[in-house]
Amino acid sequence: MIPDELNEMAEEHSQKQNSFAHRIHVCAAAGCRSSGGEKVASAFEDEIKERGQTEKIAVKRTGCMGLCAEGPMVIVYPDETIYGKVSPADVAEIIDSLDGSPVERLSLDSEMPFFSEQTQVVLENAGRTEPESLEDYIVAEGYSGLITAITEMTPDEVVNEMTKSGLRGRGGGGFPTGLKWSTVAKADGDKKYVVCNADEGDPGAFMDRSVLESDPHRIIEGMAIAAYAVGADHGYVYLRAEYPLAIERLKKAIRQAKRAGFLGTEICDTQFDFSIEIRLGAGAFVCGEETALMASIEGRRGQPRPRPPYPANYGLWGFPTLINNVETLGNVPTILRKGGEWFASIGTDDSKGTKVFALAGRIVNTGLVEVPMGITLREIIFDIGGGIPGGGNFKALQTGGPSGGCIPAQYLDMPVDYGSLAKVGSIMGSGGMIVMDDSSCMVDVAKYFMDFCRTESCGKCIPCRAGTPQMHKILTKITNGEATHRDLDILKDLCDLVENTSLCGLGQTSANPVKSTLKYFEEEYIAHIEQGECPAGVCKFKRTGEVINGCSS
Amino acid sequence: MVAHLNRKRRDPVRTRRKVKTLKINGLDVSGTDEQTILEVARENDISIPTLCTLEGLSNIGACRICLVEVEGARRLLPACATLIDEGMVVKTKTPRVVEYRRKLVELLFAEKNHYCAVCVSNGHCELQQLAEDLGVDHIRYPYVYPELNVDATHAELGVDHNRCVLCQRCVRVCDELEGAHTWDMMDRGENTRVVTDMHQNWGESKTCTECGKCVQVCPTGALFKKGSAVGELEKETEFLPYLKVMREEQ
Ligand SMILES: Cc1cc2nc3c(=O)[nH]c(=O)nc-3n(C[C@H](O)[C@H](O)[C@H](O)COP(=O)(O)O)c2cc1C
Ligand code: SF4
Ligand code: FES
Repeated sequence: MIPDELNEMAEEHSQKQNSFAHRIHVCAAAGCRSSGGEKVASAFEDEIKERGQTEKIAVKRTGCMGLCAEGPMVIVYPDETIYGKVSPADVAEIIDSLDGSPVERLSLDSEMPFFSEQTQVVLENAGRTEPESLEDYIVAEGYSGLITAITEMTPDEVVNEMTKSGLRGRGGGGFPTGLKWSTVAKADGDKKYVVCNADEGDPGAFMDRSVLESDPHRIIEGMAIAAYAVGADHGYVYLRAEYPLAIERLKKAIRQAKRAGFLGTEICDTQFDFSIEIRLGAGAFVCGEETALMASIEGRRGQPRPRPPYPANYGLWGFPTLINNVETLGNVPTILRKGGEWFASIGTDDSKGTKVFALAGRIVNTGLVEVPMGITLREIIFDIGGGIPGGGNFKALQTGGPSGGCIPAQYLDMPVDYGSLAKVGSIMGSGGMIVMDDSSCMVDVAKYFMDFCRTESCGKCIPCRAGTPQMHKILTKITNGEATHRDLDILKDLCDLVENTSLCGLGQTSANPVKSTLKYFEEEYIAHIEQGECPAGVCKFKRTGEVINGCSS
Repeated sequence: MVAHLNRKRRDPVRTRRKVKTLKINGLDVSGTDEQTILEVARENDISIPTLCTLEGLSNIGACRICLVEVEGARRLLPACATLIDEGMVVKTKTPRVVEYRRKLVELLFAEKNHYCAVCVSNGHCELQQLAEDLGVDHIRYPYVYPELNVDATHAELGVDHNRCVLCQRCVRVCDELEGAHTWDMMDRGENTRVVTDMHQNWGESKTCTECGKCVQVCPTGALFKKGSAVGELEKETEFLPYLKVMREEQ
């Protein structure tokens, strides 16, 4: 496809869209689907057909609208009326109201901070376009970034644009994306690969799934731009098999992109060739680690290997390989379209752009939000997130999953950026945020994450394989009221050992939840040990120290 | 014809860059850019304790026993899997790494049953030697001692999972030198085991050539020749580097 054809197609499609007086967008992402979104969408279609209004009202199945707690979500355009918890029984009433005023009982305030305080880049199309429609993506200026890159820019210029944007990897490490691209671009190799890491294994995280389900073409475009910049002609998306909807939509999008000539040979009449294959992950958390991921793509056991050599020099089958996270690549098309400087104008000095977070735990608005870097934790939790339900007191925020830490209330006004989060003993991570109130026992939280690391350890290196079970056992002893101070000392010592001697990030960061809870809530550990009591009332001991309920894993 | 007349003159810049000089424990040493810290250290009689690595097999950096301090590096690096670099300053015996090594060995002893007195490898065991060299005289962690299988289905060879330290030497020798790839790893975390074929009994393996290399490279008594009594099994690994060179020349 060449630019003129693209414009024509966009023009035609948007005229068709505008010919409808009303467009009803029903969220068809996994969250709303599980609360009955698909039934609502078909109910709308049936009702409209029955009324003979198919020329006047369109129904669209879109990507995630973010407020999963209110699912199934519906947004009616052009008025942008937002409805939550819609059931098939409400459909007729909503259609009746289309030319009048909205259905009060179901409508949500579009001025509420949840919607108004977000800045959407990666999720700019989520909820607005139909993920299964290439035309929708093109109307939203999709693929124009790729076309600009391959027809008007040299690969170096594309890399420079990324460097200028200041984008850092969203997969957890926060490595500067421009620097990574330029390393791969400069690496010697007859062949090069681009890999999109969509293994998303952090418990509670679903940012990447949402992007893939809501806007799969964005990832294809991002990968193609990356491939052009580094000189690759083949790409893999390593996608976990637990995401069937994302797989289905991405497969469909790849077919559409091939047909339209955005993938394949001589893309847009240039010399640039690029194809994409999907590889399914079988659910091992460690396969998200880049060297394990590559081993898995090559058909070997998914276990990490020492770095250096880094994938940029020695990647898939020994060839230079660029590995980026879904959300990282999701930023790329917009950066190319609007420029690196525009992107760098959002956020803080050390962290540019926006970040998608999955809000979970004791928070009113659970769901997905995209906010500018530098926003405070308080704004995310209390404005956008709507605070804590039932009037509980905020106790801590867990970020970064099993590799992250717990941040106590005194840091609520801290800006969210890579440096600040690291300074208080947590990490940005991939974007999971779990809010905890007084009803959470911090030792229990640490135990939960340690259990996760223990079972997800690949078993290759001694400290992680044999050390995490030892730490988990001590944490269990503490929550059972059976531990002594000596156990606590051994626990601290193991934290240091496992962190400093493990082969890969899994082991190296597995102690973070323990370390951060010890740093801010050591008195809770002590209370379990000395008084045999759990301040949060989660762990219940008998006099003998035996557990009667809770904490009994 | 005289061979060297036929050769193209080598690029002087590249030739010069191939040799690297570095400091290990204050000693000035040198090596080529294809050598690891461990190789250069050994050439210079500096010993670094190891467990998973074995000359002739690929280096996987699994056991972490050989971790050393390298100035300017963010983390400790495995000497067996880190190439030397110009100007590197390596320290192999700082109190910190020595202490870490000791704790790693203690974790191994706590993880499984390594009761030496009844082991075929008693007295010739690399793990036992390592513990002795590192001065491990007690285990600070509680013993886990899961009860694991012994696969004695093979006519001459056997595997006792209670003694396995998961160094993956058997997996590598079988794949890289014998070319059979009978051994592999199964499951993960503390449940990780070495397996023959797709977790079939060794005796029923269709791929095993019965060459016995795996037994020779196993550092402990996990892989054994049947009929060995306590302390009787001595292992031979000197043949590996030669075999590797021969394979590469084929
Ligand atoms: C144990 C472990 C699990 C990981 N899981 C993921 C994952 O699920 N998704 C991801 O993008 N990165 C994951 N990473 C980070 C990747 O190794 C890699 O740094 C990342 O994909 C690079 O992309 P980025 O630069 O765009 O962030 C994981 C790392 C470790 C150590
Ligand atoms: S740190 Fe854990 S996950 Fe990583 S290589 Fe070691 S055992 Fe495997
Ligand atoms: S000997 Fe180097 S990591 Fe095992």
